[in-house]
Amino acid sequence: MLTLADVHTHYAKSHILHGISLEVEPGEVIGLLGRNGVGKSTTLKSIMGLVRPSQGRITFEGRDITGMASHKVAHLGIAYVPEDRRIFRLLTVMENLRTGLDRGGLTEARRKDLLDKVYESFPVLGERKNQLGGTLSGGEQQMLAIARAMMLEPKIILLDEPTEGLMPRMVSQIRDIIERLHREGVAILLVEQNVGLTLSATSRCYIMEKGLMRHHASSAALRADPSVIHQYLGV
Amino acid sequence: MFEQILVQTVNGLVNGMVLALVASGLTLIFGIMDVVNFAHGDLVMLGAFTGAVTVAQTGNFWLGLLVASLVIAAFGALLQIVTLRPLIGRDSLTTIIATFGISLVLQKYALWQFGPTAQNIPQPIPGRFELFYLQYPWYRLGAAVMAGAIIGALYLFLKYGKYGIWIRATTQDRIMAGAMGIPVPWVHTGVFAIGAAMAAASGVLFAPLAAVTQTMGAEFTLRAFSVVVVGGMGNLGGSILAALFISLLEAYASLVVSPSQAVIVSFVVLILTLLFRPTGLFVPTPIVPTAK
Repeated sequence: MLTLADVHTHYAKSHILHGISLEVEPGEVIGLLGRNGVGKSTTLKSIMGLVRPSQGRITFEGRDITGMASHKVAHLGIAYVPEDRRIFRLLTVMENLRTGLDRGGLTEARRKDLLDKVYESFPVLGERKNQLGGTLSGGEQQMLAIARAMMLEPKIILLDEPTEGLMPRMVSQIRDIIERLHREGVAILLVEQNVGLTLSATSRCYIMEKGLMRHHASSAALRADPSVIHQYLGV
Repeated sequence: MFEQILVQTVNGLVNGMVLALVASGLTLIFGIMDVVNFAHGDLVMLGAFTGAVTVAQTGNFWLGLLVASLVIAAFGALLQIVTLRPLIGRDSLTTIIATFGISLVLQKYALWQFGPTAQNIPQPIPGRFELFYLQYPWYRLGAAVMAGAIIGALYLFLKYGKYGIWIRATTQDRIMAGAMGIPVPWVHTGVFAIGAAMAAASGVLFAPLAAVTQTMGAEFTLRAFSVVVVGGMGNLGGSILAALFISLLEAYASLVVSPSQAVIVSFVVLILTLLFRPTGLFVPTPIVPTAK
């Protein structure tokens, strides 16, 4: 469904991605592991059209989306939950959700379904729907960022370090929502530092090092043989 | 003396509302695309001419107001697509030079199209009422109310409308707005069109109070720019308060000095603001710089 073939990306003069290839099939939950600064976030940004690859091809459902404007990428069914969450701080929780809900072709009943689903998964968002996004705690902002992405009814969600800096209780809530999205058939490309969570939530993992894809294996195999993880991640 | 102060308060509020209408468009545009539109006053001027021509043809002021707003909105959208869209994200100096260039072109166009003589729009609301020692024209109050109504409509649109939320989201974080599927380039164009329409409406509302000339824009740009800085760049509520504040100060100052000298007040306020509170007078002090 989503394919990256030999993608190179630069920021100004620094060469971040040195030819990344990966593939996500419909409904798959895939992990992208690696130390800080190896280009995991840049990979997601390249898919989302937030940085333009200098070389290589990104296709989604057979369509070339390399360097496409991000709003068009979003319309194709790719949602993005950035590492720093990027909540609209001066918009209320409800208005944050509306940025994804107010689009053409959505019936009133469907809107209500989507909101009900989100309030059921994240009750705290329902309680605070008229509160400004900037007044939420870090964990609540993370939930809002995921909920906001769900409003787009995406086929795949690019999830960048969703558990970073969260309390254990919140981490398990994030894990639940990943499982729920998986059951509903939404594909997820998960970037995480939390190796345990990633290996248990995903079916396959890619491991990156210095802008290159170094290893690719099933999560079960990586769980069985921790030496690979140790080699690339030092944990 | 007390009566004079009251009269000047009314004058200040009337001028302030029209100025607030000009400044709202300017600050909205700055807030969302970091463009200081130095041609904003010239959109006021073009709006006033378009209104004057329409009123001369049809005899209907309100039709003139509507036509001028729509025509200048469409023109503003075109201007944004052709000149500013390619420059978004570049150094702000490039957009300053671009809008300054547009300003010169528009002034010369107006001179060529409408000639050097001043035009007038008759006051659509006749009559005066007694304000102490003065016969005060009803239209002056009408213009202030209209300006207030347009600003109010803008506020409601931004607060509750689907596109209003798109505009606020894009103003806060244009990259994330794009990732949420909001067509950011078109939101920019739309906001420029809205700002242009508001400028045009101000021009038509202001025209019955003064002459319409091709050079009238420069003063509007300068005054609106002072207001936007004093109110806090990109802050809509701040701009409206600043417009009223500066206009009231000018009105009171003209009790002491001549009205043409009273204009100095706005620049004194501008300079003091830049010196002591460059984030703007009417905005809360930023406490913690938020990570983006």
